Parts: sequence; C-alpha cells; structure tokens
Amino acid sequence: MIEARSLTKRYGSKTAVDHLDFEVRPGIVTGFLGPNGSGKSTTMRLILGLDRPTSGSVTVNGRAYADHPAPLSEVGALLEARSIHTGRSARNHLLALAATHRISTRRVDEVLDLVGLSEVASKRVGSFSLGMGQRLGIAAALLADPATVILDEPINGLDPEGVRWVRNLLRGLAGEGRTVFLSSHLMAEMALTAEHVIVVGRGRLIADVETAELLEGGSSTVVVRSPEASELRDHLASPDVTVTSREAGLLEVRGASAEQVGETARRHGLAVYELRVESASLEDVFMTLTSDSVEYRAASLDGSAA
Amino acid sequence: MSVTTAPTHPGTAPRVAVSPVTTATVARSEWIKFRTLRSSWIVMAVTVVAVIGIGSLVSYFTNSHWSSMTEIERLRFNAVDRSLVGVNLAQLTIGVLGVLFISGEYSTGMVRATLGAAPRRLPVLAGKALVFAVVSFVCSLAATVVAFTAGQSLLASHSVGWGHPGAVRAVFGAAAYLTLVGLLGLALGFIVRSTAGGIAALFGLLLILPVIFNALPASWNNTVGPYLPGAAGSALWTLRSDGTVLAPWTGFGVFCAWCAAALVVAAVELRRRDA
Repeated sequence: MIEARSLTKRYGSKTAVDHLDFEVRPGIVTGFLGPNGSGKSTTMRLILGLDRPTSGSVTVNGRAYADHPAPLSEVGALLEARSIHTGRSARNHLLALAATHRISTRRVDEVLDLVGLSEVASKRVGSFSLGMGQRLGIAAALLADPATVILDEPINGLDPEGVRWVRNLLRGLAGEGRTVFLSSHLMAEMALTAEHVIVVGRGRLIADVETAELLEGGSSTVVVRSPEASELRDHLASPDVTVTSREAGLLEVRGASAEQVGETARRHGLAVYELRVESASLEDVFMTLTSDSVEYRAASLDGSAA
Repeated sequence: MSVTTAPTHPGTAPRVAVSPVTTATVARSEWIKFRTLRSSWIVMAVTVVAVIGIGSLVSYFTNSHWSSMTEIERLRFNAVDRSLVGVNLAQLTIGVLGVLFISGEYSTGMVRATLGAAPRRLPVLAGKALVFAVVSFVCSLAATVVAFTAGQSLLASHSVGWGHPGAVRAVFGAAAYLTLVGLLGLALGFIVRSTAGGIAALFGLLLILPVIFNALPASWNNTVGPYLPGAAGSALWTLRSDGTVLAPWTGFGVFCAWCAAALVVAAVELRRRDA
C-alpha cells in the first residue's frame, strides 16, 4: 500500500508534483499514466525517499520508505534512469545490494536466473544492451522479494520479446498478490496490464479510476459502410446523433447504437456492407483527459500554437 | 474487536530472509563495491608503485650523484624524507581514488540503487569512509614500509635505520597522510558529486592553494601557509623542515580537522539534498 497525501515537489520555480493524493492498493497492478514530464518519475523518486517532498508526504505500508528497517523487502524499484555502475558485473552489482540486507548469495543467483541473466552474470554491465540492463534492474527490484514493486517505464526501449517478457512478469507478480505500481506513457500497455489507473498531467491528479471505468467513460463510435451512405446519413440525422465521414461510403456515427443504425438501414431498405462498434481506446480517453496538460506541444506547421 | 498484526506482505509469506540495514551491513556492501571494480585496484596499484618506485629511484640517484651534489643540497638531505618522496605524487592518485569511490556512483546512477538500499544515507558515507580508510591504510603502510626499506638500502652509506629519530613516525605518518588525503577526496566527491569537480577541488586544496598563498605577502603566507592541508599533513611525515611548518602532531591534528570538516559537510549535504 502506497499512500500519497498532498504530495508536492518543486524544483526552483517549477512544480513537478502538485498536491497529489492517491493510494496504490495492495494486490493489484496500478498504472501511473501521464505524458512525458508530468511528474511520474519524480513521484516515484519521492516514494523511495531519493527526493524530499517540498510539502505533503508519501508512505509505504504506513511508514516513510526510509523508516523501514529493511526497505528493499518493502519496495523493489526499477527507476527509469539506469542505476547500475557500468564497471561492475551483474552478479557483483546484486551481491553488493544484497549485502546491505544480508540477503543470501543463493537468492542473488535465483533472481539472475529469474530474469535470464545467469549466462552473462559475470560480464561487465557496461557491455549490456538496453534490454539486459532493464532485466538487471528488475532483478535488483525483486532481490528482497518485496511486497510492492515499482516500475518506471519498464518497457521503454525493449524489443517485442522483452516487452512480452515484462508483461508476463507483471502478471506473475500481481498473481502472487504483490502490489505493482507501474508508470508508462503508453496507454495500450496500461489497458493490457493495469486494473486501476492513476492519471497525472503537469504534476496534478487527473483521474484515479478502474481501467474499465475509464474506458466506458469514452464514447463509442458506430462505423457503417454502405453504398448508399448519403441516404443513410439523412435518415440517421437527429439532434442527438452526429455523423461524420472520412471517406466515401463510410460513416462514423456517434450518439446511436449499432442496433439503431442497423434498424434504420433495414427500415429504408438500404444495403449495409459493414457495421461495427469502435470503442474509444484508452489512448483516446487519455488524450482527451490530458490535452490541457501536455507540457511540450509541437506548434502546428503554419506557425501558430496548436 | 480482535487485534491482529497486519502482515507486511499481504498474500505472500516472506520467502527471502533479510536483516535490518546497519552501518555494518552497508560497509560490507561497500567493500564488495570497492573490490569488484577494476579501477579501484589499478589506481591503488599506481599509488603503491608511486610511493615505492619514486622513493627508490630518487634514493638511488642521490647515492650515485652524492659526490657531485652541492653543499646546500647535502645540508637539505634527509635520508628518511628522501625514501618517502614518492608520497608527494601518491597523494594525488589516492585522492583521486577517494573521489572516484563515490563520484563513479553519481556518474553512472548507481547512487540511486545505493541510497535506495540504504535510504537513511549516513551509513553510506560511514561505510564508504570505513572501507576506504582500512584498505588505504593497509596498502599505504605496505608501500611506505617497502619504500623506506628499499630507499635506505639504495642510499647505502648515506642511509639511516629504523632507529633514526622520527623514522617510524614518518613511515606510519606518511601512510596515515595518504589515507586521510583519500578520505578528503571521498568527502569532496560526496559534496560536488562529479569526478572532474571532485578532483579539481582536491588538487585545488592540495596544490593550488599553497601557490596562491605563496604569491601573498610573506607575513600572510608564513602565518596561514602552515595551516593549509598539504603543509599541515606533511608535518607528520617530513623530518627536514624549513622552519615554517607546524610541529608534527599539531600539523597532523590540523590536517585531521580539515578532513573532518570536509566529511561533516559531506554528511550534511548527503542528508539534505535530493539524490
């Protein structure tokens, strides 16, 4: 259980985290979503006590992270920025971390095996690929078998095989009853793995809901393809229904269900080649939610700000 | 209502045995970190070779050129100092090693893992200082003992033995001085958090500061000069003095104070600043 209470962090005049209140409940995967620069990494650094909050507080299992006698067994973390000395071997890196908590050498070899780095355990980390570095970071996070695992952008820069591996690992961790707190700016990833999402923008809390609920919130679109599209469009038109068209013969209908669209076509004897519902993706919902809080936005081509 | 202790690990029994983080466990971790970096041993080897090699070379040439030395040169000659002259170079390499012990963690990001495992932070400084002090003193003492023995044998008829007044003090003092310079480097590394900055600060204190004071009026230089870290620390292991240095143990005490001050600033900054 992670609890943030009015958590705030300012760097000079820039407010990275702005009065965040949230709880990360035990035993599920909670996604932490936000555009780049929205304060996700800062929040995770605050949880781990690497940065000190300007005001407010954040606790892990009821206490500040630093106040736990054996913090690695409470929270295991993979931060976005690499935190491994490049001159040391993978195994020695883990042995050094393990020594702080008197964790056995056997456990070090166990986690190396778990992340699939046993073969290269004695190689210097400097020679590792991004994916191998990420696996070592995850091995370090799991070293003390923590009840809570925090992962900051764990699939960044991974190849498809690595992405699948991380996804399975997360499911496994949640399946074991662990609390998983996972940040990402990739919405599709969250839809796949997170049960609950916390959305932030510019350091502020935007949403704190079940993933399913967030998806329902977005309106769905009925897509219909017909050779008599313009006629169908006339029959569908009403104050509650908006119909748009991207290409000839294809209509996008908002405000009516697929059944209503199909019935309308039947009533007027219009042929329908395709009828389907496009539910809003988490990505769409996310874009709508955070559109006001994106920190860096590209100016449109004609020079005016978008 | 029944009182139950909430399990820290809901749903999972802890399967990995852990102990609380203490300065002792962090020191063990720091020892693993020190010995598993190739650069630690390379820089330490350079330090040892500098002490022994330069001391031996200079001792050899002093003996072989004795007849062509001027009267002043012979007057300034001290057999113990001559064999330990390599410490002047070795202080720079061991200082760099001290800086690197922590700045390498900042440059690679390792420090986040270190402080994540020991979030109380001060055990990290204490553990590093302890490990560094022990390793440095052992290596430095071995180097100064060998340098003294080899140097005296190469000085042949101009040599002195262990019984020479101040010889033992100089040999142990030089090792202690090297250890403290390394700790000073470590503290500066913690304060400035970068290799280049840490080395610049260390060399500034040891090499540049005396040059600046040399350029000041003599009365200033003679008053303050002996209290500068390099001059104060050298008092313990340099037998021949030009009269402006502090008494051996006074000088050593002043140098210890410099190092202690740097370590206190490092501790305060480590606690205060974001990682």
